[in-house]
Formats: sequence, C-alpha cells, structure tokens
Amino acid sequence: MKLFFPIQGGDFTQAGIPSSEVKKVLKQLGIDGKTIKNIVIALYEAEVNVVAHAYRGTVNVEIDEHKITILVSDEGPGIADIELAMQPGYSTASRKVREMGFGAGMGLPNIKKNTDEMLIESEVGKGTTVKMINYFE
Amino acid sequence: MNELPKYHALKVDAAKCIGCTHCMKACPTEAIRVVNGLAVIDHERCVDCGQCHRACPARAFYVEQDDLAKIRGFKYRVILFPSIMIGQFPEKYSENQIYQGLMKVGFTHIFEVEQPMQVLIDSVTEYLANPDVSKPAISTYCPAIVRLIQSRYPSLTENLILRKAPHDMAAHFAIERLLLEGASRDEIGLFYATPCIAKIASVKSPVGERESIVDGVVNMNHLYNEVMKVISEDDENDHSVQRENLSKEGILWSLTRGESCHFGSRSMAIDGIHNVVRFLERVENDQVKGIDFLELRACDQSCAGGILLTGNRFMTVERLERRARQYNSASKISRTTIKVDIEELKQKLVIDFIRSKPLFIFGKERVKAMEKMSKAQRIVCFLPGIDCGACGSPNCHALAEDMINNKAKMSDCVFLQQMWEDEGRIDARKAFLNVQKKWGTDRFKADCNKRGGRNEGF
Repeated sequence: MKLFFPIQGGDFTQAGIPSSEVKKVLKQLGIDGKTIKNIVIALYEAEVNVVAHAYRGTVNVEIDEHKITILVSDEGPGIADIELAMQPGYSTASRKVREMGFGAGMGLPNIKKNTDEMLIESEVGKGTTVKMINYFE
Repeated sequence: MNELPKYHALKVDAAKCIGCTHCMKACPTEAIRVVNGLAVIDHERCVDCGQCHRACPARAFYVEQDDLAKIRGFKYRVILFPSIMIGQFPEKYSENQIYQGLMKVGFTHIFEVEQPMQVLIDSVTEYLANPDVSKPAISTYCPAIVRLIQSRYPSLTENLILRKAPHDMAAHFAIERLLLEGASRDEIGLFYATPCIAKIASVKSPVGERESIVDGVVNMNHLYNEVMKVISEDDENDHSVQRENLSKEGILWSLTRGESCHFGSRSMAIDGIHNVVRFLERVENDQVKGIDFLELRACDQSCAGGILLTGNRFMTVERLERRARQYNSASKISRTTIKVDIEELKQKLVIDFIRSKPLFIFGKERVKAMEKMSKAQRIVCFLPGIDCGACGSPNCHALAEDMINNKAKMSDCVFLQQMWEDEGRIDARKAFLNVQKKWGTDRFKADCNKRGGRNEGF
C-alpha cells in the first residue's frame, strides 16, 4: 500500500504529521513496536530536514509484506558534501532553526542509525532525496 | 498470570439515549457506535475514561455500583476514599463533621486513601533509581491512562511504573491496622468511594492482579448524598486520630502535579485525556527527550474533575490546597504513628508486570491487513470527509474501517444515499428506510422535548 504527504519548507508546526500517520498505519498492521519506533524516528528527522533546509518536499511511502520504503524528496539547496553531512554534530542549520531546538547536526546520522538501508542523492541548488528502507521482523 | 476479566461499570440507559453522537465524538478510542438509534460501547476498546458520560446531554450513561447495605454484614466497616471527597462538601462543615456523617451512614472506620504517603513516595523513588527503567517513566496512578497505553500505545507499556496507586495501598494499610486492633480478616469489610469509572474497574479487576481485596464500590456522588442527609453542623466529635497519617503530600496527590513534583529531576504533568493522547503520540515518536517522570491523568484538573464528583472542580482544587496547608509533611510522620510494618506494606505496592493489549490492529495476517487498509483508503475517497457522524461511526475514516470489518455498509453514509437517489440508483423510499434503520423511528417523530427544544444549545 502507498501513502503520500506534502511538506512545506519552513513550517515547523507541520513537521511530524507524516511520521504520525505512518505510525498509525504500521500499528494497525501489527508491526512490532521497536521497528515502528525506528521508522518513525528516521522519518521525523527527514521531515525536519526538509522543513529546516528546503523550500518544499514530499514523502512517498510504500509498504509491502516484508518492508517499508520511504522516499523523502525536496526542492532545496542540496548537500554539497554528503559524507561531511553524515558526521554526527555537523550542521548547516541557521541560528533561527537552532534556537527552535532543531539543527543539532544529528538528523542524517539518526536516520542512518534507525534504518536498515539508507541512500542519499543530492544536487547542489536543486534538492535532496533520502531513501530509507526498514524490514519487518 | 490469570488476570480478572475486565469489569465495566459504565452502562447506557436505552430509555434515555437519543443516539445524538456526542459521546461517540468525545471518545478517545473510538469505542462507541450508534446502532438502531442507541449508543453502543465496545468494551474491548473502552478505557473507562468517562468522556462519554461527561458529553451526554441526555444523561443516558449511568455507573453501576454496589449496594451500601452490603457493608452491614461486617463488624469492621471501612470506607476508603480519596481526599478530594472532603473538598466536595460545603465549607460550613468541618472535617470532623464529615467524618461523623460517614459514621452515621454506617461505617466504623474511615481511611482517606492517600496515607501513609511516604511509603508510596519512597517506593516509587526506589523504582526510578534503577538505571534500567525506561524513560520517561509513566505513572500508573490513573487507571484510564494505564488502559489507554496498554491498548493504544502498547510500545509504551514498558514505561509504566510498576507500583500501585494510593487506593491499593490504603486497602492494605486499613486491613493491617485493623488486624493490629484485633480484628480477624473476615470481619473486615472494605468499601471504596470512587470519583470516576476508571477506578471502579481498577478496584474490581486490578491491572496485573488476581483478585480485588475491596468488597464493594460506591459512587462518590451517591455517598455524598447519603452523608448530606445525616451531616450536622452541631456535631463536636473529634475524629482527628483517624487522620494522623494524612499528610500535605497525600491531600494534594490526586490533583494535577500532585505526583510529578516529587519525582525525577525533570517531570511533567498532563491532565485531560485528549491532551494526554496528543502528548503520548510525541512520546511514542521519541520527540520528548530528557524527561524522567510523566504524570498523566484522564480528567481535566485530575481527580478533582472526576465525573462522579458533586462539586466544581476548580473550587475543589482550591479547597484541597487550603486544606493541605494545615497538614504535616509526609516525611514528618513517624513509624510509630504508622504502626504497620512499612517494609511489608511496600512489598504490597509492587506490580509484577503490565501486559500490552494492542487493539487497533486489522488482523494477524499482514498481507490481509494491508489489503483491508488499502480498501478502507479507497472507500474514504468516496465519503464526504466532514465527519458528521450520521452514519453511526465517529468519523468518515472510522466508517470506512467499520465497512471493511463488515460492521457497516456504504448505504450508512447519508451523503452517498443522497447522491445515489439523485442518480436514480435507489428510490427515495428505500433511502429513507435505510436511515430509519440506523436511527430508529423515534428520531423522525415530531417532539418538542427533543434535544434543542429547551434552548439548551450552550
């Protein structure tokens, strides 16, 4: 089954809606709590990334019997050095974003930690796509 | 462990219910449907929070209780009640006069449940000191919250603090005290005066317990009325010895922040079940960081807002805060005053295990569940999305789910019916009969006493 959500850049009030909806579906499917938690944490981090850095984005979710595949794509500044961005603590977030309690430089490392597979593609000046896969038990 | 079957005291009076959907919309677990014009509670889903009782304009919900006469067979007749009960009475009556009133009703011993409070405070503090405890640790004080977590947030069940609530402690305390006075166990009858429905269920079928030690439960508003019949401003009996273990902390325990102020370096208190639901979503998403202790209560203003109380909840809070100032701190009450074996009492506060009971699952087989959910998603596309409730389900999405579980039909949606009529797919008569089947013939009869007839809109 498929789910789709748009994300508006800069609107922190909306961050968390896709992850909550996905969580509801996974609970209804009887997926175990630990796996759900990992997926929700990873998706929430990805959502916050779009809100904090990009102009707009989308979340595309596909669930089948054995796994969940989430594609978070945005139109935004892109990431110049993905390897550097993956380092815990590295952040390009603005002061304003940091003051709101985000932008600690843990987003991408946290996604990596909570997913079974993760793939980032990015083009500077165009945008970023994060693909995450979690397998069910 | 063989747990007791879940007891439900909440019932719908079919003669009063008008199937108005207010309760259905207020329910935090979507446990109510309107069937044949009457509210029907799904007891599997119900967490006993009492939101439906509060929302009902027809006063159709009632709460079963035990007959107070049942107590007469015992030599030692104990009434246990949370301190908020004292906050219900008009200020002209003193604590002693209220106690005397309870004696006149037929009790021989009176125990406010929040004593000896230091024992529970120490027990929870010791529990929280264990580094393996999942944070934020969540209080098990409010039974509606415990059931909500078990069914709707199963992954947070491990965060529940495995310690009992004051009413359990007080029941054991009362028994021990009376045994010391020379009573034998079968001579002691315990009645609990409850401020809410959830406590009834937790007293009658305690979570993680095999049996209840209480002999009966009486609704606090009922007991209040009984006491008001016999209470007198002229009584001068002194019952303060029965309150020698009562403390400031105990009196404030059932109010919001009454618990959380004692535990953890960072703690939070949230009251009102819909607030709690929204907050637990965040906790489950791991968006609440650094918090040690969570006090969650189903009612606004915690137990002062219990649905079986008589007084205004804000006034109750004010009175209790004022009353608390006159009492000593729990830590100042000595072991000689407590009398019973404190270590033994502490042991009785331990809960072995709380099971999660996930309820919101579409079936055990994942592929089938996924098919069902996709189907529900497609059905939602055709529903109006205004959540009017005229189908008898709380919202359009719930109706779609009911349909795929064979509990509802497309024709239950009045919007779809109108459209089908317009398209000539069903005749007007058939459409009307469909609606009548859902709501009963009475909804269509002219009656000036119907809801709205007395301008009760606000």
